[in-house]
Amino acid sequence: MQMTLTINGQAHSVEAPAASLLVEVLRDVLGLTGTHIGCDTSQCGACNVLLDGRALKACTLLAAQAQVAAITTIEGLGTPERLHPMQAAFRDAHGLQCGFCTPGMVMAGLEIVRKHGTQLTPELVANELEGNLCRCTGYVNIIKAIVAGAAGMETADA
Amino acid sequence: MHEFAFLRPRSLSEATAQFASSGEAAYVAGGHTLIPAIKSRLRMPDALVDLSGLGLAGITQEGGNGSGRLWIGAMTTHADVAAGASAIPALACLAAGIGDAQVRNRGTLGGSVANNDPAADYPAAVLALDAVIETDRAAHAADDFFQGMFATALADSEIITRIGFSVPLEAAYAKFRHPASRYAIVGVFVARFAGGWRVAVTGAGPGVLRWTDAEVALAAGGALPAMPSDDLNSDIHASAAYRAHLCGVMLKQALASLA
Repeated sequence: MQMTLTINGQAHSVEAPAASLLVEVLRDVLGLTGTHIGCDTSQCGACNVLLDGRALKACTLLAAQAQVAAITTIEGLGTPERLHPMQAAFRDAHGLQCGFCTPGMVMAGLEIVRKHGTQLTPELVANELEGNLCRCTGYVNIIKAIVAGAAGMETADA
Repeated sequence: MHEFAFLRPRSLSEATAQFASSGEAAYVAGGHTLIPAIKSRLRMPDALVDLSGLGLAGITQEGGNGSGRLWIGAMTTHADVAAGASAIPALACLAAGIGDAQVRNRGTLGGSVANNDPAADYPAAVLALDAVIETDRAAHAADDFFQGMFATALADSEIITRIGFSVPLEAAYAKFRHPASRYAIVGVFVARFAGGWRVAVTGAGPGVLRWTDAEVALAAGGALPAMPSDDLNSDIHASAAYRAHLCGVMLKQALASLA
């Protein structure tokens, strides 16, 4: 089926089967491979993207369902030269080990800021992160990164 | 994934017409049960009829606190119920405990109630809060709506439009949740109205059920009953006897959070 997806501010006209998952279209059709497929069962959050600013699991959403919304992927946040504050915080806090879950964690961090603002506590972040799995780091530095990244977003906005 | 057509109706009548003319069709709301079911080929529909373009989201209150109804559109997400159902804090709290943040941004009230998973949270609130389930063609009372595992009073092509929850004097929900799926192994919703108590239990049996012994005991101020384990579920997560025990524990926790 023919569908139009608005991704990172740009409209894309895509021909794909109606049964295509959003994450499949992002990766296999558009080459946006920053959004990862971890579990494919809506458990792990590696495929998190923002739909109209809200975090969703792109493995449990059809691309056809996403046509009405503005989609933001990890590629839409920053560039290697100019990282988004949440991305920079993951680097600075060493909030990753293998890095596979990181794009989803960064998007989850943005969701937490959307709901709770830029002044976060580690306890709140730990609770809000329950939809994201990391099998390497034990979460301590991920939580530090999100707390710091949120504060960094306030500075960046000012 | 199994192939299907994806249809985007703009009105309820268009949606039911598309459903009727598309072979084995399925409505899709948030899709958080249906899409996994299609992935695993438990469901192989010929067409999905998308309900997102029908204006079925939103929350409105009729009448004051302790009376009246809180009407919630079928396509309202769990996150929006958690944030917007302040007239019934127990319902907002229940919605805030479904799945995880990303799932709550997508899953819907109507989808959950129409699916009637025996371990879903919402059916407990619908039943305990004596809700009315309004559809494109009828209004169902909660007591007649749930008919056991994944079965409801809905006809094949019937669409839930909104659900009206009776606003209680006080209510609470306590859930012992499965740590991975976050579904209720047992969840107990208690609600007190001017006319008495209603207690609904999810997760324990083959479908949501009213715990009338508990309702009678609460009204009389007597000792709380034990849940008989005879008709409860046994699976790898919990035996029927353990679920029966949890019913009593969750009932006490829900009552304690009222105080």
